[in-house]
Amino acid sequence: MQNNGFMKFGMVAMLSVMLVACQSTDKKKEAPAAAPTPPPAAAAKPAAPTGGLSAAEIAKRDAALAKTKFYFEFDKSDISQEDRDALVYHAAQLKANPSMHVRLEGNADERGTREYNLALGERRAKAVFNYLQVQGVAASQMETISYGEERPVDTGKTEAAYSKNRRVDLIRK
Amino acid sequence: MKMIKFLLSVATVLVSQAVFSQQLVIQITQGVSNPIPIAVVPFEWQGFGVLPENITGVVTSDLKNSGEFAPIPEKNMLGTPHQEKDVYYRDWRFLGSDYLLIGRITRSADSALIQVQYELFDVVNQKRMVGEVISGTEAQLRDISHQISDVVYEKILHVRGAFATKILYITSQRISDTVTHYQLNLADADGGRAQVLLNSKEPIMSPAWSPDASQIAYVSFESGRSQIYVQNLSTGAREQLTNFTNSSNSSPAWSPDGTKMAMVLSKDGNPDVYVMDLRTRQLRKITTNIAVDTEPSWMKDGKSLLYTSDQGGANRPQIYQISLETGWNERVTFDGTFNAKAAMLPDGKNMILVHRAEVSDDFHVAIMNLERGSISTLTDSALDESPTIAPNGRMIMYSSKVGDHAILNAVSINGRIKYQLPVKDGDVREPAWSPFLD
Repeated sequence: MQNNGFMKFGMVAMLSVMLVACQSTDKKKEAPAAAPTPPPAAAAKPAAPTGGLSAAEIAKRDAALAKTKFYFEFDKSDISQEDRDALVYHAAQLKANPSMHVRLEGNADERGTREYNLALGERRAKAVFNYLQVQGVAASQMETISYGEERPVDTGKTEAAYSKNRRVDLIRK
Repeated sequence: MKMIKFLLSVATVLVSQAVFSQQLVIQITQGVSNPIPIAVVPFEWQGFGVLPENITGVVTSDLKNSGEFAPIPEKNMLGTPHQEKDVYYRDWRFLGSDYLLIGRITRSADSALIQVQYELFDVVNQKRMVGEVISGTEAQLRDISHQISDVVYEKILHVRGAFATKILYITSQRISDTVTHYQLNLADADGGRAQVLLNSKEPIMSPAWSPDASQIAYVSFESGRSQIYVQNLSTGAREQLTNFTNSSNSSPAWSPDGTKMAMVLSKDGNPDVYVMDLRTRQLRKITTNIAVDTEPSWMKDGKSLLYTSDQGGANRPQIYQISLETGWNERVTFDGTFNAKAAMLPDGKNMILVHRAEVSDDFHVAIMNLERGSISTLTDSALDESPTIAPNGRMIMYSSKVGDHAILNAVSINGRIKYQLPVKDGDVREPAWSPFLD
């Protein structure tokens, strides 16, 4: 599987975050689960190009930036809290690098009609676009496209397969 | 004598990439309970050599696969007449055949054209119903066969046949996890003579016919984004109709008079239905709500559109109708959690659509009577989609999933006849049935 490297890296990074930053996890739980949570003050810092970050903060940032697939519930275009946290780091990276561009590719599972799914994939891509824009990323640094149900990652007919296809891919250009 | 029209002489120049389309082979799975017995006597070939097409075989398959007819096996026939003077009605009555089709095929010594003479008889009433001579090239023998089937169908059932029509459809083959090949294909309505019109490593979607069948439209991602293209079938000339970036450009649908194209653009932030004047290229925005509006389909008078929208609740799309003259917008469907991709039948009273019932996870092709508002499902697998109507309004072709693959199926609007058009590997989907070709 091609993602093995990423996954291992991600797990190591998450593990170190968990080990070092137990206290901050508790803090997060208190934060309201409502949608437009502003990024925690500490979170904005790690993506800054200057140093002063702890090893744990760097690992957390890199794990967030390694996450480029954002998954959605059936028939939904709401971004999960976990993905919002990761997108905050992507936003910081884009803001720090104005010449960087991303392409947000929305996808849907095969249930429902193809043209409607094209719209659903677009709605998901736009949801990520809007979230990044709210975080201060310039619209000119981003483009959205929907592939609808035309490019499934997994062609299976199970919920597990479908869930892999309901996603937005963030592609750096 | 009638000369066959050079319909859709899609020259091989069009098929620039030498990729051959996989042949679809029609397989009837359910016919009417009392199909009409008919004897199709093998036509006599009076020329030299072997003809490239078995006319009798094509006609017999057409009639059998329509689900309305039960052709008599050749081995049971007591004689093989090729002209009226050799027909003995009692032989065919004895076999229980209600109708008899006979014919002869000739070629003049100095001509490339082949003449096919056929005659249809009513065995019960002992009379000749119709007969004519059709001439064409060897390459048109299949067209001639389908035209004969059309005449037989119409003379006996009093409904115009749709055998001499075409279908567009999309195929895809997954080469690896990251590479899929997509094709846009054209074939006879029974899957015969399939050819690839467009080959791409990016998705192709939403094929549609112009009302005179001379042009097609489709959505291709070849530029890196969904754009609408129009292609002339006889010249192969192709034109990109839309070029909005940061927008999806999708769902092309020709107006009944051929002068306009309904389409879906999201250039203003969310998908809305537009109508483009094909001569001036002027765009008119038809829907303006912030929900998803897509899959426009014209009413027969060209004055309003059916479309799919979730303006009544996110991710629960329903069918709406909007007037192009007054902007009057009306919800059409109320039953079910998902109603989409509607299209009117030629009768102007019934609409087909993709429907998910209140307590179901499955998507079926359904028919809805607009006066009564009642929806009845016509199909029974889990993921039926992309219904398209035969120009005579008798059959609906659609795609469904069998195992991990998508195949084409057809069902009659009364649900009594069903057939499949399976393919050996890969996926086949999004059929688009042509108008009548004359």
